Amino acid sequence: MTPRWLSRLWATATGRFGLIVVAVIAVTALVSSFWTPFDPQSSNIGDRWLPPSWPHLLGTDDTGRDILSLIMAGARTAVFVSVGAGVVATVIGISLAALGALTARWVRETVAVLVDILIAFPVLLIAMMISSVWGGSLWVVIWAVGIGFGVNIARVTRPELRRVQQSDFVLAARASGLTPRQSLTRHLLPNVAPVFIVQLSWSMAVAVLAEAGLSYLGFGASVVEPSWGILLADLQRYIGVHPLSVIWPGLTITITVLALNLLGDGLREATDPTLRHRAAELHTPAVVA
Amino acid sequence: MTLAVENLVVEIDGCRVVDSISFDVPDGSRLGLIGESGSGKSLTALAVLGLLPEGATASGSIRWNGTELIGMPDRELARLRGDDIGIVFQEPRTALNPIRTVGRQIAESIRIHEGLGRREARDRAIAEAERVRLPDPASIVDRYPHQLSGGQRQRVAIAMALACRPRLLIADEPTTALDVTIQSEILSLLLSLVAEEGMSLVFITHDLAVLAQVATEGVVLEHGRVVEAAPVTTLLTAPTSPVTQALLRDATATLWRPEGGPA
Repeated sequence: MTPRWLSRLWATATGRFGLIVVAVIAVTALVSSFWTPFDPQSSNIGDRWLPPSWPHLLGTDDTGRDILSLIMAGARTAVFVSVGAGVVATVIGISLAALGALTARWVRETVAVLVDILIAFPVLLIAMMISSVWGGSLWVVIWAVGIGFGVNIARVTRPELRRVQQSDFVLAARASGLTPRQSLTRHLLPNVAPVFIVQLSWSMAVAVLAEAGLSYLGFGASVVEPSWGILLADLQRYIGVHPLSVIWPGLTITITVLALNLLGDGLREATDPTLRHRAAELHTPAVVA
Repeated sequence: MTLAVENLVVEIDGCRVVDSISFDVPDGSRLGLIGESGSGKSLTALAVLGLLPEGATASGSIRWNGTELIGMPDRELARLRGDDIGIVFQEPRTALNPIRTVGRQIAESIRIHEGLGRREARDRAIAEAERVRLPDPASIVDRYPHQLSGGQRQRVAIAMALACRPRLLIADEPTTALDVTIQSEILSLLLSLVAEEGMSLVFITHDLAVLAQVATEGVVLEHGRVVEAAPVTTLLTAPTSPVTQALLRDATATLWRPEGGPA
């Protein structure tokens, strides 16, 4: 049986699009680690700048590498950075939010100030600094986006968690005999999940953008690692001569980020029953006289 | 199963909001706590459950069946809550979790205290929904709170409080937020369930007319102090304190009839 939230997600066109695209990218990343149509790193000068055609479906670049294979291999990096940053952001965000909402007053207030200070840190600039001093690596991107968006998740989730914590139904649940931990897992976290999911999907999308952006600027993936950002940087040098080829990595990045955001929005609606019914009411055909 | 409150003091940031309140609730009796808002009624109820808001501390003595509740570790108190002592709050709009089905919320205390599985808990939730006379119990347990009316939500809250058959029910202004006609329905439902189970009842209200229908003994509070404690009939016919006299003047003639009786 499909879970209820999944069928709700599937019911909207945007949710379906987000889910399919994200699934395709995840599968592509997996497949590309043992199979791509061509070796993404093998150049063949005789095949340079082939137009999209069989067997090079998206054409080839200036050294005759297959662009489709490069994009498939780049998906691996994108998924790695996105998931890594997502995990880091979740751990940091939820811990800070819980500390800032559910503990003694002085701890809560300290965390609130700390979050406000951390939010002002330009994490991407710091990531570029670290990369230029010690050399670029995907881990720098993961930690930079993870910490930056973890703080952001904490900033948005903390007041929400506090609001739910003080709500009557949590008091009623405690009066039914739930321990604080049981009320956390059964009432508090599920109630902040919709807000959290949107933030998480956005941080994962930004991780994809940040990896591409930093790699494009030369601060992210090292040259031997496949990356959409590096591919974009390589191809855009020839944009005047071969404008079509540069579209592919750009389009891939855009669609990926869009799909992650739509998936996040869809999941939020699918996990929040009150929102869903409100939406259903709005969508009931209005009889206009 | 007696509740004995003795010299209960609740302080919020050094300010005494409940000041030396004492009352007894013997097994099967029905006591009313009455007073204006801010008189410390609700805090007294929360102190009994050990669920005072942050910054509030209780001292004095609250004994349940001889066991002191003040200072009892939260883990042990949690075992009493819902199982021995149940509570219904004032506002049915906010007393239910908006993203859980009402069935799961009714069954929650049963699952906690009796360790029932999901399927059995659902069956119990349907039975409990039927007991509080919710319409179509088998389907209503799968609905969400926002799909129910205020009166239906208060019935769910009552079902939650009574699911484990507590020996004492605390009702904190359970009808104040409801329409007058719904109020009388909820009152008679509460009374019939209390009578059925032989539970003790602590009923909190600001309305002497409501109190007259549900309680036999009344404790009148003002600014956290007891100003008068007497049988409800005495409070209605021969109030001695000016506070009670004022409450009597303000008492609304609440429309009430026994459940099933003529309109």
